[in-house]
Parts: sequence; C-alpha cells; structure tokens
Amino acid sequence: MWDFCSHSLDTARLRGATYGDVRVMHQRQRVLTTKNGRVGTLGQSESLGLGIRVVAHGAWGFASTDNLTRDGVAACAAQAVAIAKASALAKRESVQLAPEGSYIDSWQGPCLKDPFEIPVETQLSLLLAVDAEMGRAKGVTLTETDMQFRKIDSWFASSDGSRIHQRRFVSGCGIVAMSFQGDAIQKRSYPNSFGGQYILGGYELIEAMELLKHAPRVAEESVVLHSAAQCPEKTGTLILGGSQLGLQIHESVGHPIELDRVLGQEANFAGTSFLTLDKLHHLQYASPIVNVVADARAEHGPGLGTFAYDDEGVPAQRIDVIKDGEFHGYLSSRETAHLVGLPRSGGTMRCESWNRLPMIRMTNVSILPGQWQLDNLIADTDDAILMDTNRSWSIDDRRYQFQFSTEIGWEIKGGKKGRMLKNPSYSGITTEFWNSCDAICNADEWVLWGTPNCGKGQPMQVMGTGHGASPARFRNVKIGMAFAKQ
Amino acid sequence: MTRPTPKHAPSLRPESDLRRIAASVLRLGKLLGVRETEVQIDETVDALTRFANNAIHQHVAEQGLVVSVRTVVDGRTARVTTNRVDEDSLRVAIENSASLAAQRPKDPHLLPLLGKQKYRSVRRFHPATVALSAESRARAVKSACQLAEKRGQVAAGIFSSGQNQCLLANSRGLSAAYRQTHATFSITMQQGSAASWAKGNAGDYRQFDPAKLAVIASEKVLRAQDPVELEPGRYTVILEPAAVLDLVGFLFYDFAATAVADKRSCFSGRVGKSLLGKNITITDDVYHPDQLGTPFDGEGVPRRRVTLVDAGTVKNLVYARQSAKQAKVQPTGHGFALPNEYGEAPMNLVVGGGDTPVDEMIVSTDRGLLVTRFWYIREVDPYEKVMTGMTRDGLFLVERGKITKAARNFRFNQSVLEMLRNVESLGPARRAAGEESFEMVVPPMKVSSFQFSEVTKF
Repeated sequence: MWDFCSHSLDTARLRGATYGDVRVMHQRQRVLTTKNGRVGTLGQSESLGLGIRVVAHGAWGFASTDNLTRDGVAACAAQAVAIAKASALAKRESVQLAPEGSYIDSWQGPCLKDPFEIPVETQLSLLLAVDAEMGRAKGVTLTETDMQFRKIDSWFASSDGSRIHQRRFVSGCGIVAMSFQGDAIQKRSYPNSFGGQYILGGYELIEAMELLKHAPRVAEESVVLHSAAQCPEKTGTLILGGSQLGLQIHESVGHPIELDRVLGQEANFAGTSFLTLDKLHHLQYASPIVNVVADARAEHGPGLGTFAYDDEGVPAQRIDVIKDGEFHGYLSSRETAHLVGLPRSGGTMRCESWNRLPMIRMTNVSILPGQWQLDNLIADTDDAILMDTNRSWSIDDRRYQFQFSTEIGWEIKGGKKGRMLKNPSYSGITTEFWNSCDAICNADEWVLWGTPNCGKGQPMQVMGTGHGASPARFRNVKIGMAFAKQ
Repeated sequence: MTRPTPKHAPSLRPESDLRRIAASVLRLGKLLGVRETEVQIDETVDALTRFANNAIHQHVAEQGLVVSVRTVVDGRTARVTTNRVDEDSLRVAIENSASLAAQRPKDPHLLPLLGKQKYRSVRRFHPATVALSAESRARAVKSACQLAEKRGQVAAGIFSSGQNQCLLANSRGLSAAYRQTHATFSITMQQGSAASWAKGNAGDYRQFDPAKLAVIASEKVLRAQDPVELEPGRYTVILEPAAVLDLVGFLFYDFAATAVADKRSCFSGRVGKSLLGKNITITDDVYHPDQLGTPFDGEGVPRRRVTLVDAGTVKNLVYARQSAKQAKVQPTGHGFALPNEYGEAPMNLVVGGGDTPVDEMIVSTDRGLLVTRFWYIREVDPYEKVMTGMTRDGLFLVERGKITKAARNFRFNQSVLEMLRNVESLGPARRAAGEESFEMVVPPMKVSSFQFSEVTKF
C-alpha cells in the first residue's frame, strides 16, 4: 500500500502540488438483522481504494479511485491536481496549514474478540433467540435485532513525510420491540435506540450487553407504555438518562463547536453555529459544574471517536470544550487552527472512507462525571420527570433551539421514581438549557455511548462519534411541547 | 459553459465491461456448484464543487465500481459485496456469500430468482452533463460568488455532476441495465444574520440555471432582513416545493406493504379509507419525465406506475415479490435488494399539482407565512405522522395579500396527514430538491392551520 501512497504523492508533486496527503483504506463490514423471528439482512462487504488531497495554485483538490495500480493512482493524483487548479479559479486566499510533525507509526485499536472470527451462525442464533424472547410478550407487534461489525485498515501518507497505519474494529448491536394498539405505536430499545450501542472494539461488546437478559423487559415496556399516563406539558425539572444526555451533547455541544460550521463552510447544508469566534473564553455555555472534553485518545475509552491519528496525520488529543461552564475550545483542523490562534490542529479531521475528503468531525465529546449516585439524585429531587432512550431529535441550523422526545419517562415525586409516562419530550435553547444543569451523576453511571450515524458534508459522510455521559438534572425545562395540542 | 471533458476525468465503463463481469460471476457460481446466483454491479463517477465565503473550499471527484453477489443455497440466501473485480476476488465473494447463506436458517418465504423480464426504455443519460468539467463548475461558482460580493452577500453551496450505471443479472437469465446522469446546484446567500436558499437538480444540468438560482437566493436574502419574532401557534402557510417535498417525502416508507404488515406504517388499518383531502393524489412513477432512477427493482421486477392516494383515499401500496405473494397481488417493482427486512418502498413519488401559482396563493392570504424550506425533520408520532423540524433560509409574514416582513424561524410539530387534509390550493407540480427527502415531483401548497410550537433566536 505504501507504494501506491508514494507513487500518488510523487505524481501530485510533479504535476504542481505543493502539499499532498493520501489515504488507502480497506474496509470490511458484516451486517446481520432479524425481524419477527426471521433473518432480515445478512451480508458482508469490503471496499478498498485510495483518495488523495492536494494543494495546487493555493487551492484544494481531491480525487479517489478503486483502481489500485500504478497507472490508476497516478491518474487519480493528476486528477486531484487538475481539480485544485480549477478550484483556484474561485479562491480568495491560499490554503494555509498549521505546522505538524511527521510520524512513522502503526497502531491498532482495542479488540478482544475479532467479530469476523465468530461464526455467523453463532451471531444469528443469539439474535434469533433475543427476537423470539421479545416476541413472547403479548401485545408486541414487531421485534427487531441487529449486529454490525467493521474492520478498517488505513494507510496515511503525506508530503510532510508521515507514514501511519491504523487498524480499528467497530462493533454494535441493538434490539427493538414495537407495539401497535388503537391509534398509537410505542417502542422500546436496548441498549440504545437507532441501532443500539457501538464501540471501538470487538465481539466483547455483544457479550457485555446481555441482550437476552434485557429482551423481556424491553418487550413488556413497549406494551405497557400504551396504558401509561401522557407526559404533561409544563416547565419543570428534568432528569436525563445517560444515552439521551449523550445525544444532547452531540447536537447542542458537539456540532456547534465544529470550526468549519463556525466559519461558514457548512452554511449550505449542515448549517452554521451560534458559537461565533467572539464567544471563545467569554461565553458561559453551561453551569459551573459542567465540564465537556473532546478526547480522541485511547485513555478516554473505546469510543467511536477514538484513534491514534486523525485523517490528516495529527495525533489524537484531548481538548477542553467547556471548562467549569465556560466555553473553552473548538474542534479544529490544520487549515482552521490559525483562525482561532491555535499553534496546531486539534486533530479532528476524519473521513468516512477512501473516497471522501477528511473534514472536521466530533471525536469523543463527553461530559465529565459529577458527584451524584443516581439513586441519591432521585432522592434529592422533589418533582421531576426522568426521560430515557431517544425517540426523536431536532435542532435548528445554528444550534440554538432543540426538541427531543424519548421512548419512556417516569415521574419523580418526593424523591421517588413513580409512574411511567408515555410520549415524553422536552425543548429549549442550548445555552439556557446547559446553564440550568445542577447535578451530574458520577463515574459509576458514566458510559461512553457510540453514535454511529452522524451525517455531515457534501457529498454526505456518515461518521461514528463517541459521547461519554451519565444521568444529569436540569431545572426549569420546557416539557411536553412535541405532543402539545394547540 | 461546457468544455471538453479533461483527460484526467474518469468516465463510466462501457456496458459490455459490466456484462463481462456479470458473466464471470454467473460462470464462477455455476463452477462452484451454487444453485442460484444473482449479481448486481454499480458504477459511479461523481464530482462536486463546494463553495463557502464566496470561494471554493472543497472540490472532489470519485470513481468506483462495486459488485454485489447474492447466492441462494437450499432455501437460504445472503449477500456479499466487493469492489475488487479480479476473478479470484469474485470467486471469494461467491464462496463467502454461499458460506453466509449456509449458516442461516432456511427461509420458507424465499422465492426462486426471477427469470428474464422486459423493461420499458428510459433515456436519462445526457452527454452535456457528462461534459461538465471541474473548470466549468468552478466558473459557474465564481459567477455566483461574484454576484454575492457585488451585493455585499456571502454565498455557499455546491455544484455537482455525475454519472452512474447499474447492471442486474442472475442465473435464470434475467438481465437489466440502466445508466443516468445527474447534476445539482444549491446556493445559500447570507447577508447579516439572514440567509436564503435555492436549489436545482436534474439529469440534464441545462434544466436549471445556476446564475438564475443565485439571483433568486440573492433577492430573497434582501427580503429576509430584520426578522420579527411572531407568537407560535397555528398559521396558514404557503409552502414552496422544497418544503412540501421534505415533509411529504417522509411518507414514502409508509406506502410499503411490508411496513403496513409490520404495523409500523401510518396507513396500517387505513388502506381504502378517505384519509387526506380530496385534492390530494399521490402516485409513484419512475417514468415521469422529471424523475430519475432505475426502471426495475432490486430483484429485477419492472417498476409499475402505482396510484397510492386517489382524491384523498389511500388506494394502493407498493409490493416486492415476497410481500406481493403474501398479499396475493402482483409485485409492483419496488423491492429492495435481498435479503432485507424492509421489503420495498416507492422512491419516485409524484404529488399531483394544481393551477394556483405561489404568487396567487400569497395574494389570496389575509395572514400567513411563506416557507422556503424545512430543516432537521424527525418523526415524533409514527401513526399520526407528527413530524417536528424547523423552518430555514427564508420565512416571511404575509399580510393582506402581500409579503410584509421576514419572520424568525419556527419549530413545528405537525401531522403530515392533517396537513394533507388542510390543503387549500396547489400549484403546478415540478421536480423539487430539498435536503431531507429524495428528489421527487411535488407542487407548492397553501395549507391552513399549520402548527408552529416554538420560535428560535434568528
């Protein structure tokens, strides 16, 4: 692979590129699903190719190819340079990259059990058993399960001299039960909705999730929800479960801090951000107990945003995003770092595949644990609603106003968890919401959740991000607007 | 504007190359003792010029071919996909597919592969789009950026063009091939804190004019200045086609027979009932001149034109072969590639239009809102089809028949079914492009009592 990397970079240089980086990626994937006791999707795929990004005439060009021959990669490099020269027809300033060292390295992410070595028969047997278990509950009308595994090898080389090989395994699984009664559909998922839980790791995730153990509860709750009370419409105290708080972080912290959004580079599609440059170190983003980091290092845990180097060859870092409630840092790249006075990139450039351009993406954007045990937090709360497991999420294109609904909720009355509530939802304005946070649960409750489906960019790229979170309490939150009748 | 395609720009392989690869897969399948083999080959050649802050900041090209093999072994099936097309890799793909299939339980509902079919010819491959080069896209972008600069505005967007082809064949003699071109120009104009948007998408890029779209966005952002904050509540809305598309497009999977059988469709228990307004007719029609897409489905069934909603009544669903057999009807040619759990879906919706242009809708409105487009739409209630989302890039207050001012963006929580019962008038249907749904053919609509629940800061 290094020969292809070198040959494409040499060709780009000869054609006039002043900078180049190249990624050869080999991705393997296995997807298994079941529905109502039968196998749904059963497939494997692999994709191997090369993408090269160059600067020529001070502008960017990128081309990719699956033709991994010397002629094929040379033609691809020549195309990238020709594209860069075309880009220069409509440039304002020449590309400026923050300095970065060159690295020769090889790294492999955590994986205790290679999921591709586990027979498909074994994996399907588990899913079908879980599916059948959920199907036993009276009133359940649809059961679904899934497992997904990826093995990604990437070879990165740059004209700065870096040569970095990384190997990562990604594993995920989830189960869903749905119940249709009268004029309503209720749903419960485990360990999270929209695909379940994902980590950087192997089959050990599947074993740890104990899907079979949770199947009866998931199924039963989907039915019982029909007879639960409707979540009221009011302004009050809200306690969010960890997975929902993870998504709240993703949407109302992770995306606003992407520097490409802030600088208007995503204005046409993903949107911009309320976090304009004047707010750095000046905005009270959250209450003083809130600390959020963007941490791609292995020490943070096996998240979907964990790596050794990003896709422009910058080592993984930990960035303080919110420190004691104050806005402290953006997600940056080599091109954008100098615009916020950073001496180097924060190392957050990532690409979905060999045929996509690296762009600023979340790594593991996590809230640091607080002091509370969940039981004590509930005991300390007189009147609140506890909401868990996301059902819908939406936020405006500058990341101010959001609305989330969850699959399930419970009343908290007099320090005790009470009756179940259906159709819970809450909404608010990002900074007002985060400034109302007055309690965060401790490390015992903290989970590094994986979000496998973050879409951004044109052409669209889907990326996995990590979000460590534990349950937390928020005051004076608008509750119930999604189902409010007007 | 077009110039000769530069020598470094790749193009699609001749169809004969794809036929050769398919023949290799089928031959190898036979040699390996696989009873039934299906092969689908997809090739893409795409390029996209992206701009922001009145300059190109990303500019990409991709080329790739994937071969997807499905084997059927003793009532079991599985799929393996690879982009390595040498004979050894194809052999491994077949072996892996057969191995996966052997490890699953038998599927009593699995049908034998489909035999040879006849397809209606569609011509959607436009040499003018193929000839669009990186340089010609960059020049069009430069013109849009110059317009923005001249007016003190900031432009961001894309100009993309591409070609793709696919070939589906199987060991029972089925063979289907299709190729098309496509192009998109999308532009956001920003001025102060206001933003506007316009977008065109077609198989032949000459069906839209980037310069005109830039002017539309530029003029709209002038009107979007100094938005007032309005009280949330129910409003009459005039929805431009992109806004209609991105909301109504969310119904597409609800029309799947499998979704109805699974009781997760908003049409479960409602087929045959008058559910929407009498002025609403929805078909799925891949042959409509404004549509793109293959005239066959994932198993090779020829696509049929299907009337889904006729004058407000849900008349028909779409069927893959398996769901059709269970329902004792003919498949409609909307199945996904097997194996899958979703069944089928209509991907080429056409919502019937009327003869009231947007200007007349405005004139006839005493108080309402003109919506350019919606954003971040998600499902809140699957059975009542309540969707939430935001307005974006141009929300305007209409008073006494005129646009009087811009308004701050609203969040909505609105049932799409209720909305389609409250349509007061429809404009001419056309191919629309949004960001949340597939491109489809829809009209602008004037809708009463649309529910906005909260307002944002801009």
